[in-house]
Amino acid sequence: MSTVTDSVDTDVKAHEDHGPAKGLMRWVLTTNHKDIGSMYLWFSFAMFLTGGAMAMIIRAELFQPGLQIVEPGFFNQMTTMHGLIMVFGAVMPAFVGLANWMIPMMIGAPDMAMPRMNNWSFWILPFAAVMLISTLFMEGGGPNFGWTFYAPLSTDYGPPSTTFFIFAIHMLGISSIMGAINIIATILNLRAPGMTMMKMPLFVWTWLITAYLLIAVMPVLAGAVTMMLMDIHFGTSFFNAGGGGDPVLFQHIFWFFGHPEVYIMILPSFGIVSAIIPAFARKHLFGYTSMVYATASIAFLSFIVWAHHMFTVGIPLIGELFFMYATMLIAVPTGVKVFNWVTTMFRGSMTFEAPMLFSIAFVVLFTIGGFSGLMLSIAPADFQYHDTYFVVAHFHYVLVPGAIFAIFAATYYWLPKWTGHMYDETLAKVHFWMSFIGMNLTFFPMHFVGLAGMPRRIPDYALQFANFNEISSIGGFLFGTTQFLFLFIIIKCIRGGEKAAAKPWEGAEGLEWSVPSPAPYHTFTTPPDVK
Amino acid sequence: MSDQDRVNKVETVEQSTQRTVLRSILVACGMFAFGFAMVPLYNVFCQVTGLNGKTDPDPYLYKAAEAKVDTSREIKVQFVATKNAGMGWDFSPSTPQVTVHPGEPGLLTFVARNPSDKRMIGQAIPSVTPFEATNYLHKVECFCFTTQTLEAGEEKVMPLRIIVDQDLPKHIKKLTLSYTLFDVTHMY
Repeated sequence: MSTVTDSVDTDVKAHEDHGPAKGLMRWVLTTNHKDIGSMYLWFSFAMFLTGGAMAMIIRAELFQPGLQIVEPGFFNQMTTMHGLIMVFGAVMPAFVGLANWMIPMMIGAPDMAMPRMNNWSFWILPFAAVMLISTLFMEGGGPNFGWTFYAPLSTDYGPPSTTFFIFAIHMLGISSIMGAINIIATILNLRAPGMTMMKMPLFVWTWLITAYLLIAVMPVLAGAVTMMLMDIHFGTSFFNAGGGGDPVLFQHIFWFFGHPEVYIMILPSFGIVSAIIPAFARKHLFGYTSMVYATASIAFLSFIVWAHHMFTVGIPLIGELFFMYATMLIAVPTGVKVFNWVTTMFRGSMTFEAPMLFSIAFVVLFTIGGFSGLMLSIAPADFQYHDTYFVVAHFHYVLVPGAIFAIFAATYYWLPKWTGHMYDETLAKVHFWMSFIGMNLTFFPMHFVGLAGMPRRIPDYALQFANFNEISSIGGFLFGTTQFLFLFIIIKCIRGGEKAAAKPWEGAEGLEWSVPSPAPYHTFTTPPDVK
Repeated sequence: MSDQDRVNKVETVEQSTQRTVLRSILVACGMFAFGFAMVPLYNVFCQVTGLNGKTDPDPYLYKAAEAKVDTSREIKVQFVATKNAGMGWDFSPSTPQVTVHPGEPGLLTFVARNPSDKRMIGQAIPSVTPFEATNYLHKVECFCFTTQTLEAGEEKVMPLRIIVDQDLPKHIKKLTLSYTLFDVTHMY
């Protein structure tokens, strides 16, 4: 072990006391994990607002029945781009940003294992995003076939800009794969002496597992879009039945990627909440080991449940049964996690600062989303729910309070460490309550209209759904505008505020709190002692 | 290996990181290949299980000579002719249904007409429901084995000869053989 520490030592000594470079080129050339983490987070916030603006257009059109504001074709582009941008532009980069900032500090490493690759994997993103968004201004418009881009809708009937969409997905995929490889290499090789696997904070554990999911399924997505590209331009027939292909094959390949993908967007949240709840309940996390195993089980199960998205395409009974039971099985490890969070809070001396509020909302609302997921997993019932707003309600209940609330919680929790200032607690609480109310107002009524049969991805609807849609739209506007308050709170916190202590949260645990606030440009150039 | 060798073999962080990265890249490349491997895997899986209703593509696989006619039961085979979006041909079976004993050949025709003023090529893709019966319905002669070329305004009567396997599960009394006709002119 001594050789290991020595080489880390000499390697980083040379860099000691370097501040960041000056000027704009600092951000272009940086290999510092904190700089890159910040850029990821800002990029993801910009995408969050872009995708959010599209959601506002969707909700404005659905405010009343009939067609008022946008053309149906443009509406379809909005639903598609909203999904793509939120998944690939907002949620995934936000988690990678948090990983960049926190993982080296949590395991006592001086930086990520591959700092240059880190720079590259970030800088691919803005170009991919520009390419994706630019399709909206091309002839025939942007992708309009839903974020799932089922063939042959996307191959035979898609707009000409589909090729640009395919390349954008390729680039986003390459960026994710490189980010994931970097995270795996960092966690497996750069842990401080004494930081054994089972001592790692859960955020590190959940990200390690997420990174494995990423390198396992992003290449499959790349394969799927490559086949689309060949079907469109090179005369192959992977998904064209007339040439001997099979459209259902597309759905199998897509969901083989797609189901692990939705866990990629939730597992890091589990890690964040597992750090915040113990800190504000002032108790150790209940059942650390079971949390690790539960996360690993969820990751494994995610590979054998994909066809539950396809119950209605025509699968033999035995297939429906297998995928139904396998899906229900996921509720077991997830239940273990929810139990552990609740038990951690039980009899703790809890306080309710913004990170804790978002985390508790996460536990409650994510559980609601989990239950509607359990309803959807019942194959015979799914024929009624399939492609209705019930599905929209379900996945927004797991993604908005699941991924987004966890990202908010993480931001407030670590903001004092990043900026050296405390954020404005009152405003943050306002942000929480407006987001909480807005989110529930938007998505809860969708359960009802969905069960009553309102189909998704349609710009118009039957009159009886008018009232619930009006409520949803009002909630959506509330949730959307509130995010400018979030931006304001962050800028205010960067510019000043009460000085933050090295450990501003009484019950917080972990190595990141042993360095001063704001965290120096280089941390742990000498590995810390881990007890 | 002695203890001394073992000490010398201790890797530096750089070496072990490199190893991790190489392995991860290999996994990523492997999964990219797996995405493509899903195509043949899926086809084989479907052929074995009849999962997607695709019937056996090899007409010579089934030896009609070995068949014994099972006169104890009658099977209704119904025919559906569908045109894919954008396919302008008239396309229909001569009879909507035939009743056969398992092992006994059923003969009928499909009629296709090209009402357009261009030469067009069509390809019919068969599918059988229930999926369970897919591997028990054999096509001895079928217009779907090859593409069909029709001149402008031409009409063609195309034969179809089927045999229901005598091993067909007892509870299946009725089969549907559906053809979807695709315009594949642009592929040739």
